Amino acid sequence: MTDAESSPPLGRALLAAESVGFHYRHGEPVLRSVSVALEPGESLGLVGESGAGKTTLLRLLLGLAAPTDGRVLFEGAPVDLRDRRGMRRFRRAVQPVFQDPFSSLDPRMRVGDSIAEPMRSLGLPLDRAARAARVAELLAAVELPADAAGRFPEAFSGGQRQRIAIARALAPEPRLLLADEPVSALDTSVRMTVIELFLRLARERGIAMLLVSHDLTIVSALCARMAVLEGGRVVEEGPTARVLGDPRHPYTARLLSAVPRLPAG
Amino acid sequence: MTALLDVDRLGVRIDAPDAPGDGTLVESVTFGLEAGDRLGIIGESGSGKSLTALAILGLLGHPLRPSGAVRIASGGGIVDAVTAPLRRMDRVRGSTVGAVFQEPLASLDPLMRVGKQLSWPFAHHRGLRGDALRRAVLDALADVQLAEPERIANSYIHEISGGQRQRVAIALALAAGPRLLIADEPTTALDVTVQAGVLELLQREITERGMTMIFISHDLPVVTGITDRVLVMRRGRQVEIADTRALLTAPAEEYTRTLVAASRALDALLPATGGESA
Repeated sequence: MTDAESSPPLGRALLAAESVGFHYRHGEPVLRSVSVALEPGESLGLVGESGAGKTTLLRLLLGLAAPTDGRVLFEGAPVDLRDRRGMRRFRRAVQPVFQDPFSSLDPRMRVGDSIAEPMRSLGLPLDRAARAARVAELLAAVELPADAAGRFPEAFSGGQRQRIAIARALAPEPRLLLADEPVSALDTSVRMTVIELFLRLARERGIAMLLVSHDLTIVSALCARMAVLEGGRVVEEGPTARVLGDPRHPYTARLLSAVPRLPAG
Repeated sequence: MTALLDVDRLGVRIDAPDAPGDGTLVESVTFGLEAGDRLGIIGESGSGKSLTALAILGLLGHPLRPSGAVRIASGGGIVDAVTAPLRRMDRVRGSTVGAVFQEPLASLDPLMRVGKQLSWPFAHHRGLRGDALRRAVLDALADVQLAEPERIANSYIHEISGGQRQRVAIALALAAGPRLLIADEPTTALDVTVQAGVLELLQREITERGMTMIFISHDLPVVTGITDRVLVMRRGRQVEIADTRALLTAPAEEYTRTLVAASRALDALLPATGGESA
């Protein structure tokens, strides 16, 4: 790995894992000395298969659990789960988007209220009118009609629900979206449209994006840089075009060649 | 007549007072299979592809009601899976038509060791006993390329990995020597490197045994890599059926064009493979 290919220096990073390890009590390590970093406005893909440690790393980066070794740094300072004010600031800046839009939205809550929820819980007080205006603006940003706010999630398809989940993640004006397999549950014909939405949001709003996926396709579309995880370690990292075009680790090559492809034509 | 399967205007309705619309879930699915054919059925969630598979297997129960005909050549005669009594279909399943599903746990018993489950079809359909039965079970496990067949045979399914479970499910489906295998999203729940191995295994088994296959998936690259002909379904209806290559290069229907274009757009995000196939 050349210097140009490795993560940015931790000091400049918006969010970073610094030699992070994680193990459950009496368990084998799930993560071993993983370092990844993301600059403001940058996009990074974390790729791996089941058991690679992707979800654990994502939980640490989201501040949902603390590493057993190493540190998670937000704007250069360690993320401290016990610091309530610090965590509130962290959660405004770092918002998650999950895989399954059918379980990530409360079925009994109107879409407008779901989208406004993070603003309330993160202490961004807005009056009714301002909140409604903000919800309308967010729905427009994800290309949903304004009247969606008054309806319930059951009225929407999988792709539309994922747009709602993205609108909710954007509500507190985050600097970073952490997305966990955000198109894996969607039909082929809507995957591309959601990928395009992420691309537009990153471009127009300058939001950094950290994408966790087993799917090399979406990482290739959305991430300038990628890291490949296997057995709790980063086995390869670099610019996505280089890693996919000229994989240097045998596992990366194996992963790439296993992707079913369409015959040329 | 070499037709193995003749599906004629197959429909599925749900008999429930609160069913949406008139309760029609699948409508007018029509195709035939000759020995050795490999047909893909592709569609998005809710398109009716799995209901079609269950109807062919005669596994629809109340409140689902099939109509039309599913004629299966079995034991020198023709059995219609739509009208045949349950017991008749019990004999057809396993010996003529085998099935593998997305979730191997659905077809495997969590309380029975793998070897014991696998011995049932050999005993029931082939009448094997004692050492011959034990050998057949171990051979079947080795055949689906499970290393250490002895250990796997003595394991419960929670003790083996997802890919190993799907290999056991395939061994189970093939045990009674069926002529037709219905594989419904058999690799959807697996990691991509594990999927590649299972697809390779299916391809090899089908070829070596001269079997016929229906392969159901939402994933066009997976389907086109393993089939000669593809049936496209949408909202319970058959959109079109065509040779795989023709479907990819000159889809006849608007919906198929959209599906192929979306799959091509996703495929184009990865570097070209230089003619390498999955």
